[in-house]
Amino acid sequence: MDLSFTETQGMLRETLARFLADTYDFESRKKMLTRPEGRDPGIWKAIATELGLTCAPFAEEHGGMGGGAIENMIMMEEFGKVIAIEPWLQTVVIGGGALKHAGGALAEATIPAIISGDCVIAFAYAEPQGRYNLADIGTTAKADGAGYVLNGHKGVVYAAPWATHLLVTARTGGGRRDRAGVELFLIEANRPGITRRDYPTVDGFMASEVYFENVAIPGEALLTGGIDLIERVVDEATVAVCAEASGIARTMVNSTVEYTKQRKQFGQPIGKFQVLQHRMSDMFVEAEQVSSMALMGTLKLDEAPEARKAAVSMAKAKVGKSLKFVGQNAIQTHGGIGITMELAIGHYFKRGTMIEGQFGSIDHHLDRFEALTYPA
Amino acid sequence: MHIDFSPEDLAFRDEVRTFIAENYPAELRGKQDEGDELSKEDFLSWHRILHKKGWVAPAWPVEYGGTGWTPTQRFIFSEETARADCIRLMPFGLSMVGPVIYTFGTPEQKAKFLPRILSGEDWWCQGYSEPGAGSDLASLRTKAERDGDHYVVNGQKTWTTMAQHADWGFFLVRTNPDVKQQEGISFLLIDMKTPGIEVRPIITLGGEHEVNEVFLDNVRVPIENRVYEEDKGWTCAKFLLAHERTGIAGVAGSKRGIEKIKEIATTEMDGERALLSNPFFRRKVAELEMDLTALEYTELRTLAGEAAGKGPGPESSVLKIKGSEIQQRITELALEAAGHYGAPYFRGFGEGDNEHPIGPDWAHRTAPSYFNVRKTTIYGGSNEVQRGIIAKMVLGL
Ligand SMILES: Cc1cc2nc3c(=O)[nH]c(=O)nc-3n(C[C@H](O)[C@H](O)[C@H](O)COP(=O)(O)OP(=O)(O)OC[C@H]3O[C@@H](n4cnc5c(N)ncnc54)[C@H](O)[C@@H]3O)c2cc1C
Ligand SMILES: Cc1cc2nc3c(=O)[nH]c(=O)nc-3n(C[C@H](O)[C@H](O)[C@H](O)COP(=O)(O)OP(=O)(O)OC[C@H]3O[C@@H](n4cnc5c(N)ncnc54)[C@H](O)[C@@H]3O)c2cc1C
Repeated sequence: MDLSFTETQGMLRETLARFLADTYDFESRKKMLTRPEGRDPGIWKAIATELGLTCAPFAEEHGGMGGGAIENMIMMEEFGKVIAIEPWLQTVVIGGGALKHAGGALAEATIPAIISGDCVIAFAYAEPQGRYNLADIGTTAKADGAGYVLNGHKGVVYAAPWATHLLVTARTGGGRRDRAGVELFLIEANRPGITRRDYPTVDGFMASEVYFENVAIPGEALLTGGIDLIERVVDEATVAVCAEASGIARTMVNSTVEYTKQRKQFGQPIGKFQVLQHRMSDMFVEAEQVSSMALMGTLKLDEAPEARKAAVSMAKAKVGKSLKFVGQNAIQTHGGIGITMELAIGHYFKRGTMIEGQFGSIDHHLDRFEALTYPA
Repeated sequence: MHIDFSPEDLAFRDEVRTFIAENYPAELRGKQDEGDELSKEDFLSWHRILHKKGWVAPAWPVEYGGTGWTPTQRFIFSEETARADCIRLMPFGLSMVGPVIYTFGTPEQKAKFLPRILSGEDWWCQGYSEPGAGSDLASLRTKAERDGDHYVVNGQKTWTTMAQHADWGFFLVRTNPDVKQQEGISFLLIDMKTPGIEVRPIITLGGEHEVNEVFLDNVRVPIENRVYEEDKGWTCAKFLLAHERTGIAGVAGSKRGIEKIKEIATTEMDGERALLSNPFFRRKVAELEMDLTALEYTELRTLAGEAAGKGPGPESSVLKIKGSEIQQRITELALEAAGHYGAPYFRGFGEGDNEHPIGPDWAHRTAPSYFNVRKTTIYGGSNEVQRGIIAKMVLGL
């Protein structure tokens, strides 16, 4: 056992942290959100080309550095610290992950484009009726000659307005909630028949409702692996948002402590009140649990499916609870100023709140953990 | 001792129910259903209807325009208005400054202001908090100096709810800097159109404009607009804080909130079953309902004590603490019920955007209200301050 980071991993973290410190101060982030596209695309390009970070979690044969989940964890944690609105999760973790696992010509062609920053991917998996069940899918992919024809509606697809490609889950056969017949496709986002309704999300991203109407796609768009591949990729994404949560929780604790040192009431810094001290101690404790669970989940991603799923659900349920505690108490401890757009803390709280539900609520993961681990 | 309503109470309940059904503005109902931001006119429309009926200020003494209802009738009225999802009337005139004026005001002040509070002609705001004086309200620094028959007021207030609509504000100002903090404060009624007042918006996390900063620069206020004696404003303030706290439990509103959650979770599906059949979700709703019942009976006991002549004591901090926490948990469950559709954000998206939000109708407001309702444990005396009061005044610590 060795829980230390390699020198390269340390450098990756430092490179990204330094870059984000320069580009992602609260005021700059605010400005990005007011741009029509809701972000500054130059930043993604810089992360890929100038800093060369997108290659970190990919194999050398694809032009990568040979890293994987740990590199993703490091990056996501740093993004969390500044609540970055960058498509790393969707493009590198999810899109890149699916391609790595499926392999083949599509991976050969696409991974270099991800690394160069030219390919941005959005993950179109959720459907209005489906909640967190990955197999509850009404979108169909009907075989048609050598290819398929897509029809359906995907909801709240984060990063879709920015994407060059969509990673879509669709049904080639089977009934609405059958695990069999669910497949994963990577397609160009501008194929005829695809329409979007774009909107901002409460946590600062852009997302879309994506509608597919008789969208013809080639057979090569299929990433083989079915629901097992999808579950694996979503588990990796789940752990990645746990790492993001770790950066967020840590920052919320630090900002709250700093604020209570400055803010004076009753003639003293409010940080001197013991109730607030104990609360912030508890917040610190919970933030540590978030980091621990993000690490645990990351280290278990290569276990056999059942063990992996149980570990990921354990991580996400715990992270959800701890993050809620940290976020709610960070706001409460700030008083009125905490619920305004003016301080950064509220924006961390908003992203944290969305992470609680992303890829499954606390209850969903408790349920999945119990089902996998305890006798019925 | 019993908990049943008498036949007279039941008849009263039916009367209230019918009145609401026949008179609640349809346009307002429509906006509420859509989750639209309500305008000043929206708030006033229901206010005026109740005023015309004579029901706008049930808690006031009859001589000033109250209804003379028994505590049970008042309870029924608030139950019924919440049950029918009527908007809550703005409290600043009716529940705050009104009672201060009829308790401490001069005959002239009563004659001038009370009827206009009842009719809705004047919209009031509360100018207490300052950037440096939140929980430590008594440290406030906005000062009022005498100049002939006027005070000249200088300073800054903040968090002033709905000041953007206000015709009048009641302000706490420092009239004597040389004595113990609480003994140098006066209670002024200020016309918000007086030169020197500037109101600037503060936007809250859900995108709402409900609070403001209020800057006062050489604002001249006639001395006759001071309520009660000079330097004795803290007495009015504490009286008012006690009033503010009795309504703050929000039992009726939370009952309606839980009903809404149940309605949502009955239609919203979780796989093959309704969300309300999901054992985890169901358990949380049930616990919430139990906590609310405990709060309801705590409030009933407080009201009974009040009817027996005991003023709202520091025990009502219990109502504030539990009531605010329950309000927050309701918004938390609604957000959970929304699933993926809690994320889309539609307020202020493109000026004048009329596009219909996506997802279930109720879902697009769940995240903004969850963020917004974090306020309930902060305002009206934060829950930490309330715990301090219980510790000191009730437990004698
Ligand atoms: C939405 C909203 C509407 C409002 N409307 C109005 C209005 O209309 N008019 C008006 O005058 N004010 C209004 N307020 C202000 C409100 O009353 C204050 O926010 C409140 O008094 C807390 O003050 P603060 O925000 O400065 O927080 P602070 O007093 O700075 O408190 C920060 C944190 O420290 C804690 N704390 C402070 N002192 C102690 C202590 N002694 N022991 C333990 N913990 C402590 C607090 O509980 C809180 O958690 C509103 C506030 C909000 C959020
Ligand atoms: C808009 C706004 C709303 C507020 N709402 C409330 C509120 O509803 N309840 C509240 O207690 N504080 C409320 N506060 C905070 C409150 O005004 C004081 O900051 C707090 O009570 C401590 O004041 P003190 O010890 O300097 O006052 P002091 O006058 O010295 O108080 C003496 C003791 O009386 C207590 N006390 C104060 N008000 C009351 C009251 N109404 N009933 C019983 N005991 C009281 C104090 O906590 C203190 O222990 C509010 C503040 C703002 C700005």
